[in-house]
Amino acid sequence: MRLSYPTNVKVIQVPCTGRVDIIHLLKAIEDGADGVYVAGCLEGECHFLTGNLKAKKRVQYVKKVLEELGIEPGRVEMFNLSAGEGPRFAEIAREMVERVKALGPSPVKKQEAA
Amino acid sequence: MIVADRKPLEEILEMIKGCNKVLILGCKGCVTVCNVGGTKEVGILASILKIARKKEGRSLQVDEKSIERQCDPEYIEQVKDIVDQYDAVISMACGVGPQFLSEAYPKQRFFPAVNTTFFGGATQHGVWAERCAGCGSCVIHYFDGMCPIARCSKSLLHGPCGGSANGKCEISKEVDCIWDKIVRKKMEEGRLDDLVQPKPAKDWRSARDGGPRKSVREELVQ
Amino acid sequence: MNDDLKSGSNLEKVLKAGHFAFTGECGPPKGANVEHLKEKVAHLKGKVDAVNITDNQTAVVRMSSWAACTILLQEQVEPNFQMVCRDRNRLAIQSDILGVCAMGVRNMLCLSGDHQSFGNHPQAKNVYDIDSMQLIALVKKMRDEGKFMNDEDIDVPPKLFIGAASNPFAEPFDFRVHRLAMKIAAGAEFIQTQCIYNMDRFREFMKKTVDMGLHEKCYILAGVTPMKSVGMAQYMAKSVPGMDVPDSLIKRLREAGKGKVAEEGIKFAVEQIEEFKQMEGVAGVHLMAIEWEHRVPEIAERAGVLPRPKV
Repeated sequence: MRLSYPTNVKVIQVPCTGRVDIIHLLKAIEDGADGVYVAGCLEGECHFLTGNLKAKKRVQYVKKVLEELGIEPGRVEMFNLSAGEGPRFAEIAREMVERVKALGPSPVKKQEAA
Repeated sequence: MIVADRKPLEEILEMIKGCNKVLILGCKGCVTVCNVGGTKEVGILASILKIARKKEGRSLQVDEKSIERQCDPEYIEQVKDIVDQYDAVISMACGVGPQFLSEAYPKQRFFPAVNTTFFGGATQHGVWAERCAGCGSCVIHYFDGMCPIARCSKSLLHGPCGGSANGKCEISKEVDCIWDKIVRKKMEEGRLDDLVQPKPAKDWRSARDGGPRKSVREELVQ
Repeated sequence: MNDDLKSGSNLEKVLKAGHFAFTGECGPPKGANVEHLKEKVAHLKGKVDAVNITDNQTAVVRMSSWAACTILLQEQVEPNFQMVCRDRNRLAIQSDILGVCAMGVRNMLCLSGDHQSFGNHPQAKNVYDIDSMQLIALVKKMRDEGKFMNDEDIDVPPKLFIGAASNPFAEPFDFRVHRLAMKIAAGAEFIQTQCIYNMDRFREFMKKTVDMGLHEKCYILAGVTPMKSVGMAQYMAKSVPGMDVPDSLIKRLREAGKGKVAEEGIKFAVEQIEEFKQMEGVAGVHLMAIEWEHRVPEIAERAGVLPRPKV
């Protein structure tokens, strides 16, 4: 569709968002990502039936962990859209980028003490 | 099996606050089965601790390892060459693990990452419920396979109490009244007489009340 | 019914002489406030045959029941010592039984006790070494066999009139009368029921009780608690386990109109007491007007239970 979305979004493709696990989301934050989101199929339309529901629960788990650590849970999010919704994909990317920009750089990116 | 829940992160971070290098040791037994302390959860905790440290502007080296069980000396021995390389070791096993490790390696500090809670089983995927209180003198055969010691909030032997309502315990709507279940089963099966027989007071000596316990198989002891 | 006196208490004598008994209740203070306790008890003196003293009711810490009982004795009011199994093990239980008897208490109500999670110290360790059924049997053993739970002899056995509680409304409903039978078989000589609002259901329960002949083995006192407000009725209907408050009663209270609800509540209680006087199997009424002790004399008067018999 050649729609543009912000360049600071790195896309990692998976066959189903059910493949995304807690550790992947945590590692993204650990390695300095300011935010990480999961874009899965609309609920009820998962090709593998419940993959996107599993992903949703894992995102919720990571949000709780971040909250416990005093990090904004909004840095991690779950979105649902259909594979044909190109414009929505771009919209989500912009929305998430705006949100994370407002939160500022990830507190995990502080300089390590000498 | 033994069920546990991960300690609040604040508590774990407080335990290791002076450490720069830790090992998280998982267990492939009960805590793997209840998804709190197996290889996967070790990885998750490792990442969490590193995130927390980075946020403070400090670093933390975290190594990860899981052994078959932390309640048998043969497996505890497997870590003998690595334990002293760390400032502390976090065990994700039930309360037995950190204790066995502490005894085997008295010079090292072993911290519990989980709060061990009860003996139970999975009632659905992701949910475990208490079934056994380890009283040492099992009486479930008197109650059609249900244990009032573990599952009645008051451990009554002649329940239900007056607080049983809608099949739930007076303490919470989330807790089933096991006596409601026992009585209904006995009434259905025509075994009400079993309940009318008074039961003598429980001998708590076989339970933890009698002191820390040991189990010995004479035929196996060398 | 065994007519010999087991304890010689006033309550026992009233019941065995065939009178319709009328007992009251009083909660000890949340402190060592002896004056407040004496004030409350003064309202009940002479209006009831015995006064129940609750034992850390709803797991809220108050002056101990046995201590409050001895204060009642000083005021020449007969106490009914309530003991729960929640807070003490068999050693303390037997010890307290001997203690209260030594101080002159002659009535005891054996209860399991509300779970500590209800109260103001939910962090406490749970005891429940024995349950109420076993407690009833224990008191009977101590009194009639003169033996402790471990079969050792007691140096002057306690004399107590043994009571237990019954909740006709808890579930499973069909089992409640069997549980009552078990308590009587274990040694209960008088029963005080949970407060009753659903008269239909209670009549059903009493019918079963009478069919089983239980009223001949044990004195059953029907529990009455006057409703003070619509809020109280709604709270009890929703939030108190094992309580059955019919919608018709809540409606009746609401329709009484502002400022007149308490009077309607008392009217209902008095109607209940009149019916209980006639109901087969009911040997008396236990009036629980907690923190409303000053209204008891009026209720007793209107219900026609005064003067109390002198036995």
